[in-house]
Parts: sequence; C-alpha cells; structure tokens
Amino acid sequence: MHRIGVFVCHCGTNIAATVDVKAVAEEMGRQPNVVFAADYPYMCSEAGQNLVQDTIREQRLTGVVVCSCSPRMHEATFRKAAAKAGLNPYMVEIANIREQCSWIHKDKVSGTEKAMILARAAVAKVQLNAPLTPGTSPVTKRALVIGGGIAGIQTALDIADAGFDVDIVEKQPTIGGKMTQIDKTFPTLDCASCILTPKMVDCAQNEKIHIYAFSEVESVSGFVGNFSVKIRKKARFVDASKCTGCGECVEKCPMKKVPNEFNMGLDNRKAIYIPFAQAVPKVATIDPNYCLMLKNGKCGMCSKVCGANAIDYKQQDEIIEEKYGAIVAATGYNPINIDKFDEFAYHQSPDVITSLELERLMNAAGPSNGTLVRPSYLNKQDDHNAHPKKIVFVQCVGSRSTCSEKGAKEYCSKICCMYTAKHAMLIRDKYPDTEVYVFYIDVRTPGKLFDEFYRRAVEQYGVHYIKGMVGKVAPKADGTLDVQASDLISNEQLHINADLVVLATSIEPDKTARSLATMLTASMDTNDFFTEAHPKLRPVESPTAGVFLSGVCQGPKDIPETVTQAGAAAAKVIGLLAKDKLVGNPCIAHSDELMCNGCSSCEKVCPYGAISYEDKEFRQPDRTVAIRRVASVNPAVCQGCGACTVACPSGAMDLYGFSNNQIMAEVDAICR
Amino acid sequence: MDKREEVLLISGVDVLKCMRCGKCSATCPSYDEMEYHPHQFVYMVETGNIEPLLSSESLYKCLSCFACVERCPRGVEPAKVVEAVRLSAIRQKGANHLKAENVPELIDDDTPQQLLMSAFRKYSK
Repeated sequence: MHRIGVFVCHCGTNIAATVDVKAVAEEMGRQPNVVFAADYPYMCSEAGQNLVQDTIREQRLTGVVVCSCSPRMHEATFRKAAAKAGLNPYMVEIANIREQCSWIHKDKVSGTEKAMILARAAVAKVQLNAPLTPGTSPVTKRALVIGGGIAGIQTALDIADAGFDVDIVEKQPTIGGKMTQIDKTFPTLDCASCILTPKMVDCAQNEKIHIYAFSEVESVSGFVGNFSVKIRKKARFVDASKCTGCGECVEKCPMKKVPNEFNMGLDNRKAIYIPFAQAVPKVATIDPNYCLMLKNGKCGMCSKVCGANAIDYKQQDEIIEEKYGAIVAATGYNPINIDKFDEFAYHQSPDVITSLELERLMNAAGPSNGTLVRPSYLNKQDDHNAHPKKIVFVQCVGSRSTCSEKGAKEYCSKICCMYTAKHAMLIRDKYPDTEVYVFYIDVRTPGKLFDEFYRRAVEQYGVHYIKGMVGKVAPKADGTLDVQASDLISNEQLHINADLVVLATSIEPDKTARSLATMLTASMDTNDFFTEAHPKLRPVESPTAGVFLSGVCQGPKDIPETVTQAGAAAAKVIGLLAKDKLVGNPCIAHSDELMCNGCSSCEKVCPYGAISYEDKEFRQPDRTVAIRRVASVNPAVCQGCGACTVACPSGAMDLYGFSNNQIMAEVDAICR
Repeated sequence: MDKREEVLLISGVDVLKCMRCGKCSATCPSYDEMEYHPHQFVYMVETGNIEPLLSSESLYKCLSCFACVERCPRGVEPAKVVEAVRLSAIRQKGANHLKAENVPELIDDDTPQQLLMSAFRKYSK
C-alpha cells in the first residue's frame, strides 16, 4: 500500500489568487492512499522543502505529489529534497497548477476545479511509480569541431587550453573560413587577417589540436561521451607531410584559368594552388577539375619542380575513424545565390557586386591589390574611369523577404547594416571624391559602439543614407548603371547614375549543415540553422546530448558574437569532458522482448537513433528454441521522448517514469 | 461596409505585411505621373485614409504592369490595392472613368483595338 503526501503551493499569489489552495489540499486528503495533504506559501523555499522532508520521515511516505509550477522549474528541487529524506527521487510527481492552470485562468471556481483535476491525475500516477536509478556511461576525452572558421578555431583553442584533445575538420584546403576573405572588421576597423592569422597559427602549433583540412565528416554514430566519427580526408594529390608550401609548383603550373574562389571569382588561380599566403596548413592542393595531368595525363610540371617530391597524382581519399566525447558544429554560412533577383542586374553587369566581392576588391591581397576599381576595369586599372565615382549600396538583398521562391530569407541577416557602414566609411576615407549612397529599410545597429559607428559614417564621412529601396538597376550604354530607387522621406523616385552597385546579400547556413544535422540527429529550423536546446537558457547546446553549436550555424552573428558563442560552446564541452562518467536520465524507453514483433516501427520514429534490432534466442512453450528479431534500446542515447511507445503496435515499448499504465491512470483520473 | 474594409475585401491584400521599404515605388514606371505612389496606396489603405485616393487621378495612371507585385519582398501586392481602390471608385453610380462617348476622340490609327477593350475593362463597371 502506498502512503502518499500531497503538498499544494501558493506561489505567493501566483497560484493562490486564482486557485483555492486550501480546498485543493482538503480534496487531495480524501484521495485513496493519501495520508497527508497540506498547503504552503512557497513550497520551493527551504522551509517548504523541510516540510516535505519532515513529512516523508514522519509519515513514512512512499510517494510525493507537489502541486506547484512547471516541472521544468522545480522538479529537480523536490526530487533532491525527497532523496535527502531517503525517498527515491523518482517517486516525486509534479502537478503543474501554475503555468497550466492559475496563470491562464481568471475565474477562481474553474481554476480551483482544474487544479483539483490536475492534482488528482498526479496522485493517480504516483501510485504506479517505481523507484528508478540512472545508469552511467564513460566519456571519451576528445572533442571534434566541425568547421574551421573563426567559430571552430576559437572553440578548439579554448577546449585545448583546458587540456583536452580536439580535432578540427575543415572542408576547404585551409582553416580560417569567411573571416580570411574579410578586409577590415567593424566597429574598430582592425584588419581581419591581422587578428585571425595568429589564431590559425596557434591552432597549427597547439599539441592538443589536430587539423583535418580538406576533409569532411562522412558518418557519425554513438552517443554523448561515446561518438564514433568517420572523416574523409579528400585527396589533395600532394603529400601534406612533405610539402613545404614553397609555392614553386604554383609558380610553374601552366593552367592559369581557374576561377579563384578565394577572391570570389574576380580573378584566376592555378590548377595547383595555396588559397592565400597565410593558409594553415600551408600545403598545395591540386584541383582535379582543371589539372592537365589528372585530366589527360599530360603535363607533370608541378611534380618536376617540386624539390620535396610531394606531388602524388595517385593519391586517394582516405577514411579515418576516431572516437569523441563531444561534437561541436561550426559550419558557418555563405551569401545566398541571387540569380533570381533580376532587378539588380547582377549577371548583366560586372560592376554590380556582392558585399563579399567588395571585401576582396578592397583587400591588399585581393585581385586589385587593394585599389578600389570597377570590376569591368580590373585589367585596365590605369584608365581614368577605373575608379568608381558614384557607388550605391543596397541593403536587405534577399533578407527580410517572404519571397522564398527567389531564394530570399525571412530573417534579418544581422551583419549587413554594420559592414555596409564600414564599406561606405572606408571608401569615403580613402577616396573622398567618391559619392556614396546607402539605400536602407531600417538601419539596425544594436551592439557596443555600433550605432556610434553608423552615425560616424553619416556625420563625419558624409555618406548619403536614403530611406528606401532600390527597385531597378539598368546597365547603360556608357558602362554606368542607372539605379532607380525610392526616397521615402522626400517622397521621390530617384535615378542615380552609379559606377558601382554593391548588394548587401543575405546570408544562409552552409549547405553541408543539413546533411551534418541528419548525421548528428541534431534538429534544425526551417532556415537550416541548428536549433538550440533552449533559446535563452541553453543557447550553445543542441537538444541532442553531446552536440554543441558555435557561430553562424545557429543563427546570423558578427565576429564578436561568434567568438563569444564559440567560447561558451567550448566551456560546455569542457564541462562534459571533465566528467569521468555521465549520469543518464532513467526515464527512458525499454522493450518487452516477449511482446516485440520485430516490425521496426520504433526504430523508424526514433529521432536519436537509440533503437537497434538484434536476433535473440527464445525458449518456446514446447521447449524448442526460436530466434526472433527484437528491439533493443541503447539507454545512453535514449532521451525519453516516447515516440517509440506511441508507434509500437504491440505495446512492447514502454517508458520508465511515463509508462502506458501511468498515462492511462492519469487520463482515468481526469475523466473521473 | 466602410471603404477600408471594401478595398481590403476586393483586393484580398493584407496591408499589414508591408514593412515600408518603398521598393514598390522604386520600381514603378508610372511614378512621376502619380500623385499618390504605390507605397502610399498601401499605407493610406492601412490607415483608412481612402477618400483622397478615390478622387485621385493616380488611380488611372497605374499601368497594372505588376512590377511592384513582382518585386515586393513581403508579398504585399500593391497593384492589387490600387486596382481595388479603382474598382471601389468606378463601381459607384455614374463614376465610370471611360465612357463610350469619349472613345472617338481617343482613337487614332496607331491605337490597337485591344487597348480599347482592356481600357473599358479597367476603367468602367
């Protein structure tokens, strides 16, 4: 026979104003097996917890029901209190009479009635509770960071600093990510590569960090503390252990017409290349789509000139398998494809460019060596028309738009207002004879010293900010661009004869994020940003245990925010790796093998990959042995969501702590 | 039914979707002909200030080219709002903008018959 105690909380007036807590306590005192029922102003206070503990001891309670706030708030509090008094913590049930009752009702009579029903259901459930003990699993003390941009670099450095091994997987030939392509950083205008490349070198030199560059994650299995990951090291056709990065091969390679992705296709590179001077690792890579030797077996120039004998035309992809305790997604972003935004004439004129292309045009290591020229004059930079005299910036190209059929994004890309102010300011500073116009819908500058920065562009540098959108860009016969736009403040339609139009293109998560999320069983939103476990209180954790989020893969961010989040993700990883054993959640699924018919329904619905099937021997009633295929739940992976218990047609799957019987008992109690 | 409701019903447009970027007016080829511009149509319908629109020549300057509909980032469809205000005006008795007796003076050799047909459809009830 159970001996149950019911404790009804007033929560000040939060509950007591809409629920007659004394009446609820009295009613619960009349429920079967309830030997004690009382109300108290603040159950979660120390005195309230003492009341629970003392009653457990005095009344020899075997089950406790607390009628209070959501279990998300204080379930852990009351479980701990019960455990201190010698009761198994899983013999505590919470009836949520605040969020699901008092806060949403105005009428005290119906509020009280509902509170009684919710409490009755909890009392009915606790009668069927059984003591539970969480299991433990070991932790592999090594972390994997997927993506080697500033987010991944910072996370890896912080994890390594705490003394744990960490691997970075980067799909490009070098780490560094988008930040390597950026010229200056707002709002301080320091040079991006000057602050980034030391961190890249730190990664390369840190004994705890191993960089898998030009590699991709092939598959992920396992669970928190015990992931097993296959990494594909793509063939570079260069032996990375021999290559000294001298660049002799690049110098001599005859294949010069390869669009240079590092400079956004504004110039060309060779078929064998090192993306930029500070690349880490500084190893050459052969592009098999353009290499004459790999395509038709004729050339071999790089091999002839390589003093280190590092060229290997027969190199194959290599698969490496490694074990990790934690995985950090830091897959970053790309500007969206703007092919369907015909009105901006991006494909009709080389002088309509994206903001990232402008970064390369203004960078000393870019195609124009840092001189701002119209891309149509890249090969004739001495021409007196090469330098743009009038530049129009267009904000929100593909951001804040519901036109998903064009590839536009409904969200604000967050970084464009600030980098456009930066571009406008830098141009006015270096070329004071240039007129700069910025067409904006709203200027969004929340951030330390951000609005001051934007105002400086207007007040000190004389950038013309115009509230309105550009409707059309039309290339003219003389090579200039007719920009037709709204000026909403003066209620005019403007025509500006521009030499250069810069589109602040929306950003989106890298395309590899979707397939990675599938491998990690990590959830994503409709924009393919990784979802955090809690948008406010757990912002760097994925709902999937052991998977953490760093940088723009979770949502648009600038560099300072990315670095902040990268550090936070590292702190969470360190917290996990510092443990020798992980205590699990005992409220997980289990299968009754005698009832399981091997249909695989549970395996298909499990979002965590926790269910597998095995062939097991069973003794039949006639004493023969039969082999049957039955489900088995990995207790370390199962998160207790209960999807399998609903999917199971034979009722073999059940959840500890939320068994089918318990839920039916609750329903019966509600309907009584 | 008040005029605002009528225009919203005829157009089927949710004017609250407008984020006031002005791209409709930026893209409008008839902008200089219009007293009230596409973004003003949307805003004035939103605030219920419809009387000035009903009596404005702007109603008949919109080419219905749908450039604003094509380029609006929020899917507001301003041309439909203009169309709805126009219909709301010409549906009133005696408010036809194009009458049969006006036709002879408009015709010349370069005017295709189709233009007259569509003008009648657009400007008369």
